[in-house]
Amino acid sequence: MATAPASTVPEYPMARAAGCPFDPPQALRTLAPVSRIRLWDGSTPWLITRHADTRALLADPRVSADARREGYPHTSAAGRARRTRGSTFINMDDPDHARLRRMVTGTFTIRRVDALRPSIQRIVDERIDALLAGPRPVDLVQAFALPVPSLVICHLLGVPYADHDFFQCRARVLVSRDETVERASAAQDELTGYLDGIIADKLAEPADDLLSKLAGEHVATGELSRRDAALMAMLLVIAGHETTANMIALGTLALLEHPDQLTALRDTDDPALIAGAVEELLRYLTITHSGRRRVALQDIEIDGQTIHAGDGIVLAGDAANRDEDAFSDADRLDVHRDAGGHLAFGFGVHACLGQPLARAELQIVYSTLYRRIPGLRLAAPLEQIPFKHDSNVYGVYELPVTF
Amino acid sequence: MRVIVDQNKCVASGQCVLAAGAVFDQHEEDGTVLLLNASPPHELHDAVRRAAALCPARAISIRTSARALDT
Repeated sequence: MATAPASTVPEYPMARAAGCPFDPPQALRTLAPVSRIRLWDGSTPWLITRHADTRALLADPRVSADARREGYPHTSAAGRARRTRGSTFINMDDPDHARLRRMVTGTFTIRRVDALRPSIQRIVDERIDALLAGPRPVDLVQAFALPVPSLVICHLLGVPYADHDFFQCRARVLVSRDETVERASAAQDELTGYLDGIIADKLAEPADDLLSKLAGEHVATGELSRRDAALMAMLLVIAGHETTANMIALGTLALLEHPDQLTALRDTDDPALIAGAVEELLRYLTITHSGRRRVALQDIEIDGQTIHAGDGIVLAGDAANRDEDAFSDADRLDVHRDAGGHLAFGFGVHACLGQPLARAELQIVYSTLYRRIPGLRLAAPLEQIPFKHDSNVYGVYELPVTF
Repeated sequence: MRVIVDQNKCVASGQCVLAAGAVFDQHEEDGTVLLLNASPPHELHDAVRRAAALCPARAISIRTSARALDT
């Protein structure tokens, strides 16, 4: 891969501006739409910041998600070590990607997820009951934002929720930007070892859950190895709770800081407005703030630049979701806008497979929490809230609230 | 309007069902697209165009004949 002079190439990821915790780094906006950045290892892949370019490249078969390819822009040494040791379909190309992904997509259809809504509502209501009966102030992350999606994904996969400290802690290591290779590898081994044990149990005693289905239909038939099944289970556990938990806590904070938007959401019974508000918060916050990573398989012309075969590509979805050409007044949080077409779940064949579940969880949470606790407010100044600047998935580590 | 779906491209994101549930459904087994109506009535055309635009796998294409242009 060609390298540009060090002085002209900005480092990535970039820092957010002080006092603007919801906005992508200011420096992203001063870059040309297709420009070189410098990563942790000195490599200089392309950064894409426009909505239309991001959409086009993520759907382009000349672009690969295979992390073992030369030129793939890894997030860190730990990320590189982990992805080289064990790949899931998110780092494969078709046809392998499609074959493996389709083993699990049946669980996330709109109809299946709609059937889960009463269970999700019950989980949310029980957690709010506990909040109302518990001490104040309380950390909304530990008491609500993490438990809700963790309970849902445990129910869906057939993983005991009693083990939540174990998997939440390892998931947090695995999404961190600056863990050591040793710690990240250990977290991955412990988590896949644990899930392999559960898959063995499901082979012996199947239940009505996704890991039983994976074990019975694909591992037992020899189509999928135990190790690949465990890696896939790890992906589903992490993606199933980390991201949604961050959207719940960060979304709540964003709404508390935009009281007119919170009021609009709290005062409506209109499912279309609630669904639209979820899309807008997904767009506005774009918690996957470390760029989607790809590598070019062929030369690609885009915006007057040539991305050469073997060049790394980082697609800054957070910048793309604030592109004025795609969303007018893009920096404004507006729950009434049509945020359809946002790239918070990615685009192309690797678009988030759990998006129907994430939408259902967020719609239920956002339409229930503020209504049942109308006096919800921050219990610390915004400046003291610890944001996840050092994580590949943005959010808050703690959210002290009272009511 | 004629709607064509590509089963092989589909990644089961469910966007088409949310945008136009009267025209698209999903297969029970793997969530891939199931076309309910290849010639949807006029009042559903906007929703179908939205479904095609939102489809992350670009698995939905729309053909409009000269006679039926924009109808």
